Amino acid sequence: MAKSPETEHPNKVFGWGARDKSGVLSPFHFSRRDNGENDVTVKILFCGVCHTDLHTIKNDWGYTYYPVVPGHEIVGIATKVGKNVTKFKEGDRVGVGVIAGSCQSCESCDQDLENYCPQMSFTYNAIASDGTKNYGGYSENIVVDQRFVLRFPENLPSDSGAPLLCAGITVYSPMKYYGMTEAGKHLGVAGLGGLGHVAVKIGKAFGLKVTVISSSSKKEEEAINHLGADSFLVTSDPQKMKAAIGTMDYIIDTISAVHALYPLLGLLKVNGKLIALGLPEKPLELPMFPLVLGRKMVGGSDVGGLKETQEMLDFCAKHNITADIELIKMDEINSAMERLAKSDVRYRFVIDVANSLSPP
Amino acid sequence: MGKVLQKEAFGLAAKDNSGVLSPFRFTRRETGEKDVRFKVLFCGICHSDLHMVKNEWGMSTYPLVPGHEIVGVVTEVGAKVTKFKTGEKVGVGCLVSSCGSCDSCTEGMENYCPKSIQTYGFKYYDDTITYGGYSDHMVCDEGFIIRIPDNLPLDAAAPLLCAGITVYSPMKYHGLDKPGMHIGVVGLGGLGHVGVKFAKAMGTKVTVISTSERKRDEAINRLGADAFLVSRDPKQIKDAMGTMDGIIDTVSATHSLLPLLGLLKHKGKLVMVGAPEKPLELPVMPLIFERKMVMGSMIGGIKETQEMIDMAGKHNITADIELISADYVNTAMERLEKADVRYRFVIDVANTLKPNPNL
Repeated sequence: MAKSPETEHPNKVFGWGARDKSGVLSPFHFSRRDNGENDVTVKILFCGVCHTDLHTIKNDWGYTYYPVVPGHEIVGIATKVGKNVTKFKEGDRVGVGVIAGSCQSCESCDQDLENYCPQMSFTYNAIASDGTKNYGGYSENIVVDQRFVLRFPENLPSDSGAPLLCAGITVYSPMKYYGMTEAGKHLGVAGLGGLGHVAVKIGKAFGLKVTVISSSSKKEEEAINHLGADSFLVTSDPQKMKAAIGTMDYIIDTISAVHALYPLLGLLKVNGKLIALGLPEKPLELPMFPLVLGRKMVGGSDVGGLKETQEMLDFCAKHNITADIELIKMDEINSAMERLAKSDVRYRFVIDVANSLSPP
Repeated sequence: MGKVLQKEAFGLAAKDNSGVLSPFRFTRRETGEKDVRFKVLFCGICHSDLHMVKNEWGMSTYPLVPGHEIVGVVTEVGAKVTKFKTGEKVGVGCLVSSCGSCDSCTEGMENYCPKSIQTYGFKYYDDTITYGGYSDHMVCDEGFIIRIPDNLPLDAAAPLLCAGITVYSPMKYHGLDKPGMHIGVVGLGGLGHVGVKFAKAMGTKVTVISTSERKRDEAINRLGADAFLVSRDPKQIKDAMGTMDGIIDTVSATHSLLPLLGLLKHKGKLVMVGAPEKPLELPVMPLIFERKMVMGSMIGGIKETQEMIDMAGKHNITADIELISADYVNTAMERLEKADVRYRFVIDVANTLKPNPNL
């Protein structure tokens, strides 16, 4: 007899989940495994709302397995640790990000790049190695192998630190990998949302000059006075765009809608790099002449490995980098999702899980 | 500044965007103190020449004397020239000057200097337009002259000055030159066939990726490629998925990047050296989930051009050419348009380019 989400595992858990592509989230009862010898059980305090959560509940990418409990920017307290767990003890403040499992023996895993392991499983909407479904952080607790648990630095607040577990690592990893951290160089950040605003802060912490590239001037004052960007470029201003041609060493492109690469490539200096992080539904148009004439490069990146996620958290703690958040209650999640779809948030919703998630 | 004295020259020029080449008399500057003057023996016909004579890139001015794969023998050197002397075998590629002081020039990458001056069709400092190698002689600043290794036949070495450096430069820059690596070469024309030869000389395993079976035997048995795959055959693509460290894509027509990205290993690099005019579709998922990269490259710096041709000398790498006489050049251009050449036409300038007595 097929097991229901509630009976699949021995421990009943409560959360909010989506059951179909309307994406409407509502109370959902399911279950989690016993805490194994390598596991850490985390009582969830806060969970960030990532744009991926929205794409997933609406099945935008076509591979959602309903019912789905999203959430992969999780901060909480370790309440149980298995007997082989050495890195954490009960009472520790910990985080769980985008990845909850990997094979732990391939070349990528050996290089601490679990994000590129072919058997990597996401924290939610994925099948774990035991064949059961992973449910994410819009829930009371989560049970995760210690390898996929992060130590949350002392001075990083749990609520505004939570989004770093996805947004933070998503910008930090490519900046390190593609060598975009040389102090004094010029970084463009295209798009100013969850990813973009964190990219500005991390860029400044690396000593880069940072220009925000946006389709409207709405966020200019905020970008400069609040986030610390050095300048702001509106793509619909032809004169300013012309003056900025060939001035940037790197661009982090966080725009998730289909958009033109040609003007962004023009902003890069010779040898410049554009790293795409957004996941538009359709392919983008790539003009060849700017790449060929300027030896420019387009690359991408997907979150990061666990070791570098920890490195990122420690870096952000050292530089007092947190996300700008709007704290919401669990039952406000559906209106938050509607606002997120319109980019109406500065810049990440975070669910106050511990204080607002109550079983009926 | 006084007018620079000129010497007579003759060559073949396109007079309009029909692209038809015909005899043309013009002048070149006297040999300046840093100049090297040489008699042109051979000049390769690059596909760029075809684009330019027909003004397909919208930047041609007429009359246009093409040719940037030029080899010959030094006839005169200026008083301050130290690196060359008369009688030496030399060549000139795509560049004749650059600013000398920008970041690109300082790094020896004059090809990316915003003020670089190409061998033909560009305005020079003395307000003349540069004229290329479909002509009896060249004069060029010493800093842009390449020495041709003694053991290389000059006619078959000429195409290396553009085609050779165009594939060599990105292979070195992007670290795709390590023995044991697996490199794909897309397109088997002027660039592609030279790409195969350099990649093999670097010790890599080479797979040629082509749209038809036609060139399989040639690629493997004559050019030395290790494997050949037809990009239109889904099974051949599938079997080779995730096997290549890098791909050099020489195709200038619009084509699909998705299967090529699929052939790359995780973190693999797709280097575009052909330049399709229209944008190509870029699927972002392979870049994001497999950290693959798409990059461009254009010829190379002067120092590395010399390095490239020295490597060619060491490994006996030359282009596969069809030597033609000057009066065949228009027919050659028509055949080039249909990719009907194995793999580069080279004009036997010294023996067949004669001044038109009627001009």
